[in-house]
Amino acid sequence: MNPYVVPGLVVVVLVTVGIGAYGLRFARTTSDFLVASRSVSPSWNAAAISGEYLSAASFLGVAGLVLRYGVDVLWYPVGFAAGYLALLLFVAAPLRRSGAFTLPDFCQVRLRSPLLRRLATVFVIFIGCLYLVPQMQGAGLTFTTVTGARYEWGALLVGVVVTANVALGGMRAITFVQAFQYWLKLTALAVPVIFLVLQWQSDGRPAVTPPAGPVFSTATTVVVEQDAVLDGTVRVHAGDRLTFEPGDRVPDVSTVDDNRAASWLLPGGDASLFATYSLILATFLGTMGLPHVLVRFYTNPDGASARRTTLVVLALVGLFYLLPTLYGVLGRIYTPQLLMTGRTDAVVLLLPEAALGGGHLGQFLGALVTAGALAAFLSTSSGLLTSVAGVVFTDILHADRGGSVRDFRLATVLAAVVPMVLSIYVANMDVSRVVGLAFAVAASSFCPLLVLGIWWRGLTDIGAAAGIVIGGGAAMGAVLLTVMGPPLTGWPAQLVAQPAAWTVPLAFAVMVVGSLVTKRRVPADIGATMLRLHAPESLRL
Amino acid sequence: MGDETGAAGRPPRTRVVLGEAAARRRPPDPARAELAEGTPVGEALVKGLVRAQLALAVRLSLVVVTGLGSLPLLFAAAPAVGRIKVLGINLPWLLLGFLSFPFLVGVGWAYVRWAERNEQDFTAVIRRPEA
Repeated sequence: MNPYVVPGLVVVVLVTVGIGAYGLRFARTTSDFLVASRSVSPSWNAAAISGEYLSAASFLGVAGLVLRYGVDVLWYPVGFAAGYLALLLFVAAPLRRSGAFTLPDFCQVRLRSPLLRRLATVFVIFIGCLYLVPQMQGAGLTFTTVTGARYEWGALLVGVVVTANVALGGMRAITFVQAFQYWLKLTALAVPVIFLVLQWQSDGRPAVTPPAGPVFSTATTVVVEQDAVLDGTVRVHAGDRLTFEPGDRVPDVSTVDDNRAASWLLPGGDASLFATYSLILATFLGTMGLPHVLVRFYTNPDGASARRTTLVVLALVGLFYLLPTLYGVLGRIYTPQLLMTGRTDAVVLLLPEAALGGGHLGQFLGALVTAGALAAFLSTSSGLLTSVAGVVFTDILHADRGGSVRDFRLATVLAAVVPMVLSIYVANMDVSRVVGLAFAVAASSFCPLLVLGIWWRGLTDIGAAAGIVIGGGAAMGAVLLTVMGPPLTGWPAQLVAQPAAWTVPLAFAVMVVGSLVTKRRVPADIGATMLRLHAPESLRL
Repeated sequence: MGDETGAAGRPPRTRVVLGEAAARRRPPDPARAELAEGTPVGEALVKGLVRAQLALAVRLSLVVVTGLGSLPLLFAAAPAVGRIKVLGINLPWLLLGFLSFPFLVGVGWAYVRWAERNEQDFTAVIRRPEA
């Protein structure tokens, strides 16, 4: 095992807890815990938002998908970044000016409906869990890949560190922790990639797509994990050890779905046009509906700074997403055995040692990316947990702003237990797919609520509730069917696997029609609310 | 003001002020009062601001939709485009993996600039009505 990994992980955990404890010295009031008393500067805030946003799906998943499927999945990073542009254009400043802290708060401010507030609470908790479970799962899988220890320990370790940090330091401490973790994640991908590209140059620039398909660059032994058929002819059984020489072609494995043909390089391979557009819609519009993303906007002092913060986030996130693609492409050359085992998500973790050899440099850089992966799990799950805990705190414990810090800690523990238990019992759920589905649910429930609520005077509580129940409910149903239902084929399979293309327009349509039908219920003070959402603070009305 | 029906028995009210003070103390920011009280004029001002900001956001999102959203269609309709190589890299990789991010940041930067200008215009109208 790589001797640098354990010290690296320990340092990340210690620094996380250390900055959390340092932040605790400043956290005195409930307001500090919830919104860092709205006194965080835009650059800190932007780094924290980016640190929070770049999850396991971004750090590990994108490179794995590129390795496996090629150019078509580049829409994932593009969409993850473009989501912040949609957030900037339609939501950032008015949402901050609304003065709401959580999505349920926004329902209260804009539509004055306790029913809608409860409905929003249900969706925040559902989306939060849908997003938290795969984070802890990813942590468990990384732990197994790197240390060989049991999956449960990795999931538990991350769960406990995150819960302790959020419960003790709240939002104020978390801001500094996450800002640190953004820079750690960027460094952990950027530094190794320099050495990887240099190595590729000195190896004589081996082709990414050799004419006969991927080949092994070094002698490799692959342990077969389940019975399969190689190249459609040779039968292999679990436990078999296959040895390959440099230059051997990587055989097709019947149990692994990937893209070997030249179409890896060209768009329009396996993904249909419908699936591509559905993915674009889900990621572009889903970001604004993720509870941990929204909560951050209340830590800005005013609407204009919320806008500037979002722009910096867009730049930071875009900068980060330049890197995973390179890992996926180089993985095609140096770690083609992952195409046989199907563990393509591990490409970021394994590539440094595979390309640079088992010397100190390779091991050190391998430990660096592992530390970055841990930072990815820690920061995203901290942010999710803070936001779900915030909602549990205000809407389920009914503590409201007068609640004590102890209540917030109780809410944190309550919000953490369910996903932790779930992540241990459902180890086999497909990580990156579940994250994509969380985006689809957010895009078909909170995105229409926010966009219509901010820009259209005619929205009513009944219309909004109907849109969330029908559009968001349809997306939720598709998620549950994908995760637990029977395998589908043909058009129904596409509609369920990538639901956003029909659930998002459905949610918008139902919300508009429902509001027009119940016109009488438009709040009487809508003029004052619109003034508050859109007028600059400098007027001090 | 102009309450003549109710003023039948009483003499019309006369405001007596020192000339200089009257000239100095003009009603403070009538437009701001209109806003705060939610009069039709105030409503119209806010509606104008909301419409300007929404039009800006919609225009810029159309730029993104045509710039990025048309790419899958383009690649499907003209597969030859996907085979074009620039600096040895296939065009779709270059567009999606690299150029899309500066493009998004550029659109965002333009939005922040113009949205702040819209707000300054609004503030100027409120501060100095019919200047």
